[in-house]
Amino acid sequence: MIFSLVNISLIIGILLVLAGIWAAITQKNIIKIIIGFSLFDTGIHIIMVALGYVKNNTAPILDSENLRTGTADKIVDPIPQALVLTAIVIGLGVTALMLVYALKMYREKKSLNINSFKDLKW
Amino acid sequence: MIQLIIAIVLGMIMILMAGVAIYHKKLKVAIIAAGAVSLFASILYILLAAPDVALTEASIGSGLSVVIFFYVLNKIRKYDTEK
Amino acid sequence: MILRNSLLFLLLIAFAAIIISLFSTNYSEAEQLGIVAKHYAENAKAEVGAPNLVSAVVVTYRGLDTLGEVVILFLTAAIIGFMLKSKHSVNNSDKRIKGSEILETAANALVPIIILFGSYIFINGHLSPGGGFQGGAVIASAFVLLVMAKANAKLSHKIISFTESVSGFSFVIIGVLGIILAAGFLDNTFLPLGKYGSIISAGAIPIIYIFIGLKVGSELTSIVNNLKESQNIEI
Repeated sequence: MIFSLVNISLIIGILLVLAGIWAAITQKNIIKIIIGFSLFDTGIHIIMVALGYVKNNTAPILDSENLRTGTADKIVDPIPQALVLTAIVIGLGVTALMLVYALKMYREKKSLNINSFKDLKW
Repeated sequence: MIQLIIAIVLGMIMILMAGVAIYHKKLKVAIIAAGAVSLFASILYILLAAPDVALTEASIGSGLSVVIFFYVLNKIRKYDTEK
Repeated sequence: MILRNSLLFLLLIAFAAIIISLFSTNYSEAEQLGIVAKHYAENAKAEVGAPNLVSAVVVTYRGLDTLGEVVILFLTAAIIGFMLKSKHSVNNSDKRIKGSEILETAANALVPIIILFGSYIFINGHLSPGGGFQGGAVIASAFVLLVMAKANAKLSHKIISFTESVSGFSFVIIGVLGIILAAGFLDNTFLPLGKYGSIISAGAIPIIYIFIGLKVGSELTSIVNNLKESQNIEI
């Protein structure tokens, strides 16, 4: 089997996603769980950008003269990049929201351990 | 070929940093390790021919999000010491 | 608990093995672009006039998604401001340690340069890598430096929310102008496309990106500012 750049990036992305899921499931500290979610985000973004890569092509910026003719054979796919661009910014907003909510939860129970929040269990 | 080697090294560093972020006892170190994962991911985006995404990841993932984590951590720690 | 964790670990390992074997043997990178991407690559010069295809997709072809994204960011900033608002009055005695002299001097020198760099990024968004989101984040990081270096620096909530609402409103107005004067919502061709590759070109894309940059920058600044101001309040 011959590895290429895309295969390696996909494997890195998958491992980061699994690390994020692992952190979110097994860790007890709420801050650690949020860190797990942000690792999950990074992994998903790497997978999405890697799926849009086209072999030996350059960035989708039609800047120099030679890119302006026969463009479609020389650039990578711009659509996943545009998606990931907005997804990163939304990811920051959602992470900040989770952190502030963790602050609220800390105010209720004076603890960051997820095991002390049992109000919905019966 | 050199790109492959760089990508493999970056991947190993990122997985290592993710392990540190999950298992280190001090939250400060864990947050900085999570920021480092984002920083190395932005280098990987350059290799994948996505400079726009690399700029965004470098400025947001490893800049602002670490700052927000630290503000929240500082607020919790301040309460702990006052109590 | 240990049993559960090891079962989960085995499950995740199996999942990883399946997906990695799929990705590493059966998947090889694409040899050519898909249909939609090929359309964008071939026609973007005539239709949009922006050399940076990612900007063209973000602002024009998928502009409605960007509008929704900006709305989501606005909602998160608003919810954070709402959640951090405390019933207790603001504790005026500022116990924060002052930043060191090196940090203050460096902040004085660097903040204008960082803001200038951020505006450079979003003004050149249609020509080079960059755009409204990156430029806005860079501008917000300049304000983070300012807030950290000077203990009693106060950013005015009024100016931040005024910038945010005016730029968001203008973004929608430009979109509606696209309906009236050109083909559809957020169409950029109601302004002349200009010379391909110069800074005043690509119709309305630079204007839209300036507004997106101001909006994202003021939203991220307001998130950080709310968090900073809540540091002295009892949680």
